[in-house]
Amino acid sequence: MATKTTTPTGSARLDVRKTYKLYIGGAFPRSESGHSYVVNDAKGKFLANAALASRKDARDAVQAARKAFPGWSGRTAYNRAQIVYRIAEVMEDRRPQFVDAVRVSEGLNAARAGRVVDEAIDRLVWYAGWADKVTQVVGGANPVAGPFFNLSTPEPTGVVAVLAPQESSLLGLVSVVAPVIVTGNTAVVCSSADRPLPAVTFAEVLATSDVPGGVVNILTGTVGNTAPWLASHMDVNAIDLTGAAGDPEHAARLEEAAAENLKRVRRAPAAEPDWSLDPGTGRLTNFLEVKTVWHPVGL
Amino acid sequence: MTFDYAPAPESRAIVDIKGSYGLFVNGEFVDGSGTAFKTVNPATEEVLAEVAEASEADVDAAVRAARRAHSRVWSKMTGAERAKYLYRIARIIQERGREIAVLESIDNGKPIKESRDVDVPTAAAHFFYYAGWADKLEYSGYGTTSLGVAGQVIPWNFPLLMLAWKIAPALAAGNTVVLKPAETTPLTALLFAEICQQADLPPGVVNIVTGAGATGQAIVAHPDVDKVAFTGSTGVGRAIAKTVAGTDKRVTLELGGKAANIVFDDAPIDQAVEGIVNGIFFNQGHVCCAGSRLLVQESVADEVLERLKRRMGTLRVGDPLDKNTDVGAINSPMQLARIKELVEVGEAEGAGRWSAACDLPGQGFWFPPTLFTGVSQAHRIAREEIFGPVLSVLTFRTPTEAVEKANNTPYGLSAGIWTDKGSRILWMADQLRAGVVWANTFNKFDPTSPFGGYKESGYGREGGRHGLEAYLTAGER
Amino acid sequence: MTPTSTTASASSAAAGGFDDVTASESSLRRFLHGLPGVDQVGAEARAASLGTRSIKTTAKAYAIDLAIRMVDLTTLEGQDTPGKVRALASKAMRPDPADPSCPPAAAVCVYPDMVGVAKETLGSSGVNVAAVATAFPSGRAALDIKLADTRDAVEAGADEIDMVIDRGAFLSGRYLQVFEEIVAVREACGPAHLKVIFETGELQTYDNVRRASWLAMMAGGHFIKTSTGKVQPAATLPVTMIMLEAVRDFRAATGQMVGVKPAGGIRSSKDAIKYLVTVNEVAGPDWLDPDWFRFGASTLLNDLLMQRTKMTTGRYSGPDYFTLD
Repeated sequence: MATKTTTPTGSARLDVRKTYKLYIGGAFPRSESGHSYVVNDAKGKFLANAALASRKDARDAVQAARKAFPGWSGRTAYNRAQIVYRIAEVMEDRRPQFVDAVRVSEGLNAARAGRVVDEAIDRLVWYAGWADKVTQVVGGANPVAGPFFNLSTPEPTGVVAVLAPQESSLLGLVSVVAPVIVTGNTAVVCSSADRPLPAVTFAEVLATSDVPGGVVNILTGTVGNTAPWLASHMDVNAIDLTGAAGDPEHAARLEEAAAENLKRVRRAPAAEPDWSLDPGTGRLTNFLEVKTVWHPVGL
Repeated sequence: MTFDYAPAPESRAIVDIKGSYGLFVNGEFVDGSGTAFKTVNPATEEVLAEVAEASEADVDAAVRAARRAHSRVWSKMTGAERAKYLYRIARIIQERGREIAVLESIDNGKPIKESRDVDVPTAAAHFFYYAGWADKLEYSGYGTTSLGVAGQVIPWNFPLLMLAWKIAPALAAGNTVVLKPAETTPLTALLFAEICQQADLPPGVVNIVTGAGATGQAIVAHPDVDKVAFTGSTGVGRAIAKTVAGTDKRVTLELGGKAANIVFDDAPIDQAVEGIVNGIFFNQGHVCCAGSRLLVQESVADEVLERLKRRMGTLRVGDPLDKNTDVGAINSPMQLARIKELVEVGEAEGAGRWSAACDLPGQGFWFPPTLFTGVSQAHRIAREEIFGPVLSVLTFRTPTEAVEKANNTPYGLSAGIWTDKGSRILWMADQLRAGVVWANTFNKFDPTSPFGGYKESGYGREGGRHGLEAYLTAGER
Repeated sequence: MTPTSTTASASSAAAGGFDDVTASESSLRRFLHGLPGVDQVGAEARAASLGTRSIKTTAKAYAIDLAIRMVDLTTLEGQDTPGKVRALASKAMRPDPADPSCPPAAAVCVYPDMVGVAKETLGSSGVNVAAVATAFPSGRAALDIKLADTRDAVEAGADEIDMVIDRGAFLSGRYLQVFEEIVAVREACGPAHLKVIFETGELQTYDNVRRASWLAMMAGGHFIKTSTGKVQPAATLPVTMIMLEAVRDFRAATGQMVGVKPAGGIRSSKDAIKYLVTVNEVAGPDWLDPDWFRFGASTLLNDLLMQRTKMTTGRYSGPDYFTLD
């Protein structure tokens, strides 16, 4: 964010601006295309240039997510819970920065932005706890009519493309990313196009929170640039169209493209939901596959 | 003298096949306005009956009947009352079990011992199972509110059983249905319509419309259908997913597979051979979860193949109504052509083809149990679903290689593991990207056990508590 | 009707090719525990599925006559007397006095002290005398007593000896002891053929049945037999199927055929036919011969006769029309 500070002596100091980059495979590359775009604050004032993710960035992000999937999904649920909780810890530590980012991005006053950040952190804590509970809630033993041990357990679907909400740049983002990764999926996230800065700061938190590279990949830029490529990508297993809320035609096109490899699709709501409400377990279970294992019981 | 089993045909007298059948809409059989088609006994090519084709208008009438039944009767009825209807249906299926089994074998070509011992009892079990859910939905985790009208399109490989998988959970959850059986196997669904009448099921709760792809498309695309459930090929599933894109329709798809059946050197070898045989020759291999790729550890490959071939030599191929028949007729000339095409491709690609000597009947559609050796992942017969009695045999050296090969497919419906080492079973089961993993067994089904695929094998689960998810508003997708 | 196993010579009783295996307790254990495991559920499902074969008309007539020819007509009671044994022997030779086309049974099976009586009655009828020896049914006696028991029976004219293995030794893992005992009894048998009884009801698991089968075959047994009839469960279809798999695999490995005898609990023609179907489809048609498959039974014979009569007359018969011996 472009701000000027004044030193105690009164002499103006030119601040050092941050470069907002993509987050792919644990690294912070500029867009492969070399393009960036202007990000303004809620009042239309210049904030920063953000990387404009391209088709190839989306491709690279999918590759990174796929590469990270076996390791991440293979970790114990306890470990994933700890890591997601660690994200919350690090966010809390950088709370002022997030409050600032949300304030300018969403045009909120500091108090409201603070509440949004608190909710985002609390949501991460809430989802962290789900890592080692969802299996028991969703899975279970099945009493088949025969001498068989039969158990159904949920497993992560794989690589999930997430179109993060356009309006709620942090709470919404956390609310769609956390449930995807806490169960062991890896994610390629298209951030809010107009409000990408909290997402980039969030990426910096991820990079310092023991989240393995590639588990979450964040693309800033326009949804139109990347989402169609993610929707049609044959190595993406599921797509969350939440970020296409309010644009049913675009959402329908993406869903149609997603059908090519039978992606699991979470459809876009008519309008962006109220993220402060109880999220329920829907977003957790959307990106799970139930696996049922049979084994004979005998001497 | 040798022990030649004399013919042991199940009597056909128990079934009464009418000359022609209409559609079952709003509790009554009505004429269809499409072009009627014939259903054929695939074992003899005898025309069994003429069946009405449901046009778009007929489908619309059926959907309207289902909507009325949903809003006026079925969704208002208590779960306990719905349960009793489902229990009734389950009982009638049992009571008329032999009749249904014979009819299924005649129309489908599957051996009577399978229709009698698997299809019909499992169908009845599904109705029993979901009957019990109807008044317990608040414990399901998916709420108690039905979706409305479910449009269901089912395949020809397990005509009545797939009907049960679709209709039982839908009705238990309070939905009404418009179901289309496959065009080559409509007769047991039409018999089921009669069962609905015998059970006094309120009109419109179940509607059966017959026809081919166009009829199915009319159901899927109908604006007043709230939920689409489909079992069939991945190609059609993909088209359905595209059709419903941008709508509010909920969808579950149970599609194709190319399952790996993985045999380790420490497997219980005789049971593994049985599992291989059951995995690929059960129901002529017309099974989406068939173990069509045998992955056998190199160190035991020769021994397993030898035993497998010997066992294949005892399979009895022929008259589906003979109680000793193990492998029946291929369901249709189209499917037979598809099998033959892929088998020719397998030979052309250099795989070694082997079939046990067996006499095939002169009439009807037949294909001998066949295996291909020397198959690699690159062969089309290792990648494409043949949906017939054709096994592709590949080898592996280590568990990691087995997992890599097993998962190296766009499908992910089922998998088999054969080893005596418990920890390896659990490791393998973890690694395999498939919705159903059978360890030291194969092709087992149960109403309490969720079934469905990963990846291009579709989404959603059928069976068990999970099977309710697709039919209740608090469920997902 | 004498078994024609290729391992005929008593002096080289044990089957060839397994010297390394049977060289020590540890090598024998390694071998037996290296045999493929048996999954109980899968094995029982396979047996049940074989049991659903529908055997009708000509196939049924063939199966019933074959089953009659395979019966070891058995009496093994403390109350056995020469009179009872004579009656049984007569029945074995002419199971259905009213129908001369009815074939004889394979053998009568008695305790050693009844061998002489049985032999006297059977003479050169072709019906063999089988004697249970080796401290039947428990096998709990010293080896020399078991051997003496065997020799007595052979000297009295037994054509076949049905020995019991030492289940205690087997279950405690002393496989070599069991092996050597079978070899010794086989030697004591001289020209008589040896059936080795496992008492599968005491071995509990199919893995054990498979191991016992290989142990007995390697030791030179001509037949492997499920049970004494004194312990429940006695013969079952899956146990017999496991043993048929063993003899099939043993022939594939050595070229030598070994017979199988389920005993105890097989009472109906329907059951007997299920066993024959299993023989046919698991071991193969070569075993469909009294030289290679027997039923140890007593009441089974009358049910076979009733079914046979039903097939020839077209009406159901009743027990009063068949002798109770």
